Amino acid sequence: MSYAVFSSFNYWMVIVLMMTGFFIVIAQGNMVKKVFGLNIFQVSVFLFYISMSPIEGGTPPILDERFELYSNPLPHVLILTAIVVGVAGMALGLALVVRIKAAYGTIEEDEIERLEEEMP
Amino acid sequence: MILLTDVILMLFMVATAIALVFVRNLFAVIMLSGIFSLTASLLYLLMDAVDVAFTEAAVGAGIATVLGLATLGIIGVQDEKPQQRSSLGSFVVVLITGIVLIQAANDMPAFGDPDAPIHRHVAPRYIEQSGEEVGVPNIVTSVLASYRGFDTMGEVMVVFTAACGVLVLMGRTRKPDDYPEEDYREDIDPREGSSDFVPKDDDESVRS
Repeated sequence: MSYAVFSSFNYWMVIVLMMTGFFIVIAQGNMVKKVFGLNIFQVSVFLFYISMSPIEGGTPPILDERFELYSNPLPHVLILTAIVVGVAGMALGLALVVRIKAAYGTIEEDEIERLEEEMP
Repeated sequence: MILLTDVILMLFMVATAIALVFVRNLFAVIMLSGIFSLTASLLYLLMDAVDVAFTEAAVGAGIATVLGLATLGIIGVQDEKPQQRSSLGSFVVVLITGIVLIQAANDMPAFGDPDAPIHRHVAPRYIEQSGEEVGVPNIVTSVLASYRGFDTMGEVMVVFTAACGVLVLMGRTRKPDDYPEEDYREDIDPREGSSDFVPKDDDESVRS
Protein backbone atom coordinates (compact mmCIF):
# COMPACT_ATOMS: atom_id res chain seq x y z
CA MET A 1 0.00 0.00 0.00
CA SER A 2 1.70 3.16 -1.08
CA TYR A 3 0.97 6.67 0.05
CA ALA A 4 -0.49 7.55 -3.37
CA VAL A 5 -3.57 5.33 -3.01
CA PHE A 6 -4.12 6.95 0.30
CA SER A 7 -3.56 10.57 -0.71
CA SER A 8 -6.89 12.07 0.37
CA PHE A 9 -8.37 9.39 2.62
CA ASN A 10 -7.49 11.17 5.87
CA TYR A 11 -9.04 14.41 4.68
CA TRP A 12 -12.30 12.68 3.71
CA MET A 13 -12.55 10.93 7.05
CA VAL A 14 -11.79 14.18 8.87
CA ILE A 15 -14.63 15.85 6.99
CA VAL A 16 -17.02 13.01 7.87
CA LEU A 17 -16.06 13.39 11.55
CA MET A 18 -16.38 17.16 11.38
CA MET A 19 -19.86 16.93 9.89
CA THR A 20 -20.91 14.41 12.56
CA GLY A 21 -19.86 16.85 15.27
CA PHE A 22 -21.58 19.70 13.43
CA PHE A 23 -24.79 17.66 13.21
CA ILE A 24 -24.74 16.97 16.96
CA VAL A 25 -24.26 20.68 17.68
CA ILE A 26 -27.11 21.93 15.47
CA ALA A 27 -29.65 19.07 15.62
CA GLN A 28 -29.53 17.68 19.16
CA GLY A 29 -31.21 19.52 22.01
CA ASN A 30 -29.33 18.21 25.03
CA MET A 31 -26.69 20.72 26.08
CA VAL A 32 -24.15 18.26 27.51
CA LYS A 33 -24.31 16.40 24.22
CA LYS A 34 -23.87 19.63 22.29
CA VAL A 35 -20.66 20.36 24.21
CA PHE A 36 -19.31 16.90 23.40
CA GLY A 37 -20.37 17.32 19.76
CA LEU A 38 -18.28 20.46 19.68
CA ASN A 39 -15.43 18.36 21.08
CA ILE A 40 -15.73 15.96 18.10
CA PHE A 41 -15.62 18.94 15.76
CA GLN A 42 -12.46 20.20 17.48
CA VAL A 43 -10.69 16.85 17.39
CA SER A 44 -11.45 16.51 13.68
CA VAL A 45 -9.82 19.90 13.02
CA PHE A 46 -6.78 18.75 15.02
CA LEU A 47 -6.60 15.58 12.91
CA PHE A 48 -6.79 17.70 9.76
CA TYR A 49 -3.79 19.75 10.85
CA ILE A 50 -1.78 16.74 11.97
CA SER A 51 -2.57 14.97 8.66
CA MET A 52 -0.61 17.70 6.88
CA SER A 53 2.57 17.20 8.89
CA PRO A 54 4.00 13.73 8.08
CA ILE A 55 6.50 13.23 5.26
CA GLU A 56 6.85 9.85 3.59
CA GLY A 57 9.72 8.10 5.39
CA GLY A 58 10.03 10.82 8.03
CA THR A 59 10.42 10.39 11.79
CA PRO A 60 8.97 12.35 14.73
CA PRO A 61 10.67 15.76 15.00
CA ILE A 62 13.20 14.90 17.71
CA LEU A 63 16.78 15.58 16.64
CA ASP A 64 19.06 12.55 16.43
CA GLU A 65 22.18 11.80 14.41
CA ARG A 66 20.68 8.66 12.93
CA PHE A 67 17.81 10.48 11.17
CA GLU A 68 17.72 13.19 8.57
CA LEU A 69 14.11 13.42 7.47
CA TYR A 70 11.71 14.78 10.06
CA SER A 71 7.98 15.42 9.94
CA ASN A 72 6.89 19.04 10.05
CA PRO A 73 6.89 20.23 13.69
CA LEU A 74 4.81 23.38 13.12
CA PRO A 75 1.30 21.80 13.03
CA HIS A 76 2.22 19.88 16.20
CA VAL A 77 2.96 23.12 18.05
CA LEU A 78 -0.25 24.79 16.87
CA ILE A 79 -2.40 21.81 17.85
CA LEU A 80 -0.66 21.39 21.21
CA THR A 81 -1.86 24.90 22.03
CA ALA A 82 -5.32 24.26 20.57
CA ILE A 83 -5.94 21.10 22.63
CA VAL A 84 -5.37 22.91 25.92
CA VAL A 85 -7.45 25.91 24.85
CA GLY A 86 -10.19 23.54 23.63
CA VAL A 87 -10.45 21.84 27.03
CA ALA A 88 -10.53 25.25 28.75
CA GLY A 89 -13.42 26.26 26.50
CA MET A 90 -15.15 22.96 27.21
CA ALA A 91 -14.88 23.57 30.98
CA LEU A 92 -16.51 26.95 30.48
CA GLY A 93 -19.29 25.39 28.39
CA LEU A 94 -20.00 22.71 31.00
CA ALA A 95 -20.04 25.35 33.77
CA LEU A 96 -22.66 27.23 31.74
CA VAL A 97 -24.68 24.00 31.45
CA VAL A 98 -24.61 23.62 35.24
CA ARG A 99 -25.83 27.22 35.64
CA ILE A 100 -28.61 26.66 33.09
CA LYS A 101 -29.70 23.56 34.97
CA ALA A 102 -29.80 25.58 38.22
CA ALA A 103 -31.82 28.38 36.62
CA TYR A 104 -34.30 26.40 34.46
CA GLY A 105 -34.27 22.90 35.96
CA THR A 106 -33.58 21.32 32.57
CA ILE A 107 -30.81 21.13 29.97
CA GLU A 108 -33.05 20.33 27.00
CA GLU A 109 -33.15 23.16 24.50
CA ASP A 110 -36.84 22.89 23.53
CA GLU A 111 -37.96 22.74 27.18
CA ILE A 112 -36.01 25.91 27.92
CA GLU A 113 -37.63 27.58 24.91
CA ARG A 114 -41.08 26.62 26.20
CA LEU A 115 -40.27 27.96 29.68
CA GLU A 116 -39.13 31.24 28.13
CA GLU A 117 -42.39 31.57 26.20
CA GLU A 118 -44.50 30.88 29.28
CA MET A 119 -42.75 33.58 31.23
CA PRO A 120 -44.64 36.89 31.33
CA MET B 1 1.29 -1.44 7.72
CA ILE B 2 1.16 2.06 9.19
CA LEU B 3 -1.33 3.11 6.54
CA LEU B 4 -3.51 0.08 7.23
CA THR B 5 -3.54 0.94 10.95
CA ASP B 6 -4.39 4.52 10.05
CA VAL B 7 -7.35 3.41 7.92
CA ILE B 8 -8.66 1.09 10.66
CA LEU B 9 -8.32 3.73 13.38
CA MET B 10 -10.02 6.36 11.20
CA LEU B 11 -12.97 4.04 10.54
CA PHE B 12 -13.08 3.27 14.26
CA MET B 13 -13.31 7.00 15.00
CA VAL B 14 -16.10 7.48 12.49
CA ALA B 15 -18.01 4.58 14.08
CA THR B 16 -17.54 6.11 17.56
CA ALA B 17 -18.73 9.51 16.34
CA ILE B 18 -21.84 8.06 14.69
CA ALA B 19 -22.58 6.04 17.86
CA LEU B 20 -22.37 9.34 19.76
CA VAL B 21 -25.17 10.77 17.62
CA PHE B 22 -27.57 7.95 18.51
CA VAL B 23 -26.70 7.20 22.14
CA ARG B 24 -29.18 8.79 24.56
CA ASN B 25 -27.62 8.13 27.96
CA LEU B 26 -25.33 11.03 28.92
CA PHE B 27 -22.90 8.78 30.83
CA ALA B 28 -22.44 6.74 27.64
CA VAL B 29 -21.92 9.98 25.68
CA ILE B 30 -19.02 10.96 27.96
CA MET B 31 -17.41 7.52 27.85
CA LEU B 32 -17.68 7.37 24.04
CA SER B 33 -16.10 10.80 23.90
CA GLY B 34 -13.18 9.48 25.99
CA ILE B 35 -12.76 6.55 23.57
CA PHE B 36 -12.88 9.01 20.68
CA SER B 37 -10.08 11.15 22.16
CA LEU B 38 -7.93 8.12 22.95
CA THR B 39 -8.28 6.80 19.38
CA ALA B 40 -7.38 10.27 18.12
CA SER B 41 -4.22 10.22 20.23
CA LEU B 42 -3.23 6.87 18.66
CA LEU B 43 -3.67 8.45 15.24
CA TYR B 44 -1.47 11.40 16.23
CA LEU B 45 1.19 8.93 17.35
CA LEU B 46 0.93 7.17 14.00
CA MET B 47 1.39 10.47 12.15
CA ASP B 48 4.63 11.27 14.03
CA ALA B 49 3.05 13.83 16.36
CA VAL B 50 4.24 12.32 19.65
CA ASP B 51 3.85 15.46 21.77
CA VAL B 52 0.32 16.00 20.51
CA ALA B 53 -0.51 12.34 21.20
CA PHE B 54 0.34 12.45 24.88
CA THR B 55 -1.29 15.85 25.36
CA GLU B 56 -4.48 14.54 23.78
CA ALA B 57 -4.36 11.37 25.92
CA ALA B 58 -3.85 13.35 29.13
CA VAL B 59 -5.93 16.46 28.49
CA GLY B 60 -8.46 15.38 25.85
CA ALA B 61 -9.21 11.87 27.08
CA GLY B 62 -8.43 12.48 30.76
CA ILE B 63 -9.43 15.95 31.89
CA ALA B 64 -12.36 16.34 29.46
CA THR B 65 -13.85 13.04 30.68
CA VAL B 66 -13.41 14.08 34.32
CA LEU B 67 -15.04 17.44 33.58
CA GLY B 68 -17.98 15.70 31.93
CA LEU B 69 -18.40 13.28 34.84
CA ALA B 70 -18.21 16.18 37.32
CA THR B 71 -20.98 17.94 35.38
CA LEU B 72 -23.12 14.81 35.49
CA GLY B 73 -22.41 14.58 39.22
CA ILE B 74 -23.97 18.03 39.69
CA ILE B 75 -26.90 17.86 37.26
CA GLY B 76 -27.61 14.15 37.80
CA VAL B 77 -27.21 11.23 35.38
CA GLN B 78 -30.07 11.37 32.95
CA ASP B 79 -31.17 10.31 29.51
CA GLU B 80 -31.52 12.78 26.72
CA LYS B 81 -35.15 13.40 25.83
CA PRO B 82 -36.19 12.95 22.20
CA GLN B 83 -36.47 16.17 20.25
CA GLN B 84 -39.85 17.33 19.03
CA ARG B 85 -38.40 19.12 16.04
CA SER B 86 -37.39 17.09 13.00
CA SER B 87 -33.65 16.99 12.36
CA LEU B 88 -34.07 16.59 8.59
CA GLY B 89 -33.21 20.25 7.88
CA SER B 90 -30.01 19.99 9.93
CA PHE B 91 -29.08 16.81 8.09
CA VAL B 92 -29.45 18.53 4.70
CA VAL B 93 -27.29 21.46 5.86
CA VAL B 94 -24.62 19.06 7.15
CA LEU B 95 -24.71 16.99 3.95
CA ILE B 96 -24.29 20.02 1.67
CA THR B 97 -21.46 21.43 3.81
CA GLY B 98 -19.76 18.03 3.77
CA ILE B 99 -19.95 17.69 -0.01
CA VAL B 100 -18.51 21.19 -0.50
CA LEU B 101 -15.67 20.45 1.94
CA ILE B 102 -14.82 17.14 0.25
CA GLN B 103 -14.64 18.96 -3.09
CA ALA B 104 -12.23 21.40 -1.48
CA ALA B 105 -10.17 18.61 0.14
CA ASN B 106 -9.40 17.11 -3.26
CA ASP B 107 -7.21 20.14 -3.94
CA MET B 108 -5.07 19.43 -0.86
CA PRO B 109 -1.52 18.15 -1.41
CA ALA B 110 -1.29 14.36 -1.17
CA PHE B 111 -0.72 12.76 2.23
CA GLY B 112 3.00 12.54 3.02
CA ASP B 113 4.05 14.59 0.00
CA PRO B 114 7.49 16.11 0.80
CA ASP B 115 6.94 18.95 -1.70
CA ALA B 116 3.75 20.26 -0.11
CA PRO B 117 3.84 24.02 0.57
CA ILE B 118 3.65 23.47 4.34
CA HIS B 119 7.07 21.76 4.31
CA ARG B 120 8.73 24.55 2.31
CA HIS B 121 8.10 27.68 4.33
CA VAL B 122 9.38 28.10 7.89
CA ALA B 123 9.60 24.47 9.01
CA PRO B 124 13.01 23.66 7.39
CA ARG B 125 14.59 26.46 9.39
CA TYR B 126 13.18 25.04 12.63
CA ILE B 127 14.45 21.57 11.75
CA GLU B 128 17.93 22.67 10.62
CA GLN B 129 18.77 25.37 13.15
CA SER B 130 16.79 24.81 16.33
CA GLY B 131 19.42 22.32 17.56
CA GLU B 132 22.09 25.05 17.59
CA GLU B 133 19.90 28.04 18.36
CA VAL B 134 17.84 26.62 21.22
CA GLY B 135 19.72 23.45 22.13
CA VAL B 136 16.76 21.17 22.83
CA PRO B 137 16.58 17.92 20.83
CA ASN B 138 12.79 18.03 20.63
CA ILE B 139 11.97 20.54 17.88
CA VAL B 140 8.37 20.90 19.04
CA THR B 141 9.59 22.09 22.45
CA SER B 142 11.98 24.56 20.81
CA VAL B 143 9.24 26.08 18.67
CA LEU B 144 6.65 26.10 21.47
CA ALA B 145 8.82 27.68 24.14
CA SER B 146 11.25 29.76 22.13
CA TYR B 147 10.31 30.69 18.55
CA ARG B 148 6.62 30.94 19.36
CA GLY B 149 6.85 31.78 23.03
CA PHE B 150 4.33 34.62 22.79
CA ASP B 151 1.83 32.21 21.30
CA THR B 152 2.18 30.01 24.37
CA MET B 153 1.85 33.03 26.65
CA GLY B 154 -1.40 33.90 24.87
CA GLU B 155 -2.56 30.33 25.46
CA VAL B 156 -1.87 30.69 29.19
CA MET B 157 -3.93 33.89 29.23
CA VAL B 158 -6.84 32.16 27.47
CA VAL B 159 -6.74 29.28 29.97
CA PHE B 160 -6.59 31.77 32.85
CA THR B 161 -9.60 33.66 31.48
CA ALA B 162 -11.54 30.41 31.09
CA ALA B 163 -10.65 29.40 34.67
CA CYS B 164 -11.87 32.80 35.94
CA GLY B 165 -15.10 32.33 33.95
CA VAL B 166 -15.69 28.88 35.42
CA LEU B 167 -15.07 30.17 38.95
CA VAL B 168 -17.44 33.11 38.47
CA LEU B 169 -20.16 30.84 37.05
CA MET B 170 -19.81 28.06 39.62
CA GLY B 171 -19.33 30.33 42.62
CA ARG B 172 -22.88 31.65 42.37
CA THR B 173 -24.88 28.42 42.37
CA ARG B 174 -26.28 29.22 45.85
CA LYS B 175 -29.31 31.44 45.53
CA PRO B 176 -29.76 34.31 48.02
CA ASP B 177 -33.27 32.97 48.84
CA ASP B 178 -31.73 29.87 50.41
CA TYR B 179 -30.37 31.96 53.26
CA PRO B 180 -33.07 34.06 54.97
CA GLU B 181 -31.82 36.95 57.06
CA GLU B 182 -32.82 35.35 60.36
CA ASP B 183 -30.41 32.52 59.75
CA TYR B 184 -27.48 34.88 59.53
CA ARG B 185 -28.20 36.35 62.94
CA GLU B 186 -28.68 33.02 64.65
CA ASP B 187 -25.91 30.98 63.10
CA ILE B 188 -23.12 33.31 62.14
CA ASP B 189 -21.32 35.70 64.40
CA PRO B 190 -20.02 38.55 62.19
CA ARG B 191 -17.10 39.17 64.53
CA GLU B 192 -15.71 35.79 63.56
CA GLY B 193 -15.19 37.13 60.07
CA SER B 194 -17.77 35.42 57.88
CA SER B 195 -17.72 36.98 54.44
CA ASP B 196 -21.31 35.96 53.71
CA PHE B 197 -22.68 38.39 56.27
CA VAL B 198 -24.14 41.65 55.00
CA PRO B 199 -24.94 44.10 57.83
CA LYS B 200 -28.25 45.88 57.63
CA ASP B 201 -28.51 49.59 58.16
CA ASP B 202 -30.70 49.38 61.26
CA ASP B 203 -28.47 46.87 62.99
CA GLU B 204 -26.23 49.09 65.13
CA SER B 205 -24.70 46.30 67.19
CA VAL B 206 -23.10 44.77 64.15
CA ARG B 207 -21.51 47.99 62.99
CA SER B 208 -19.81 48.68 66.26
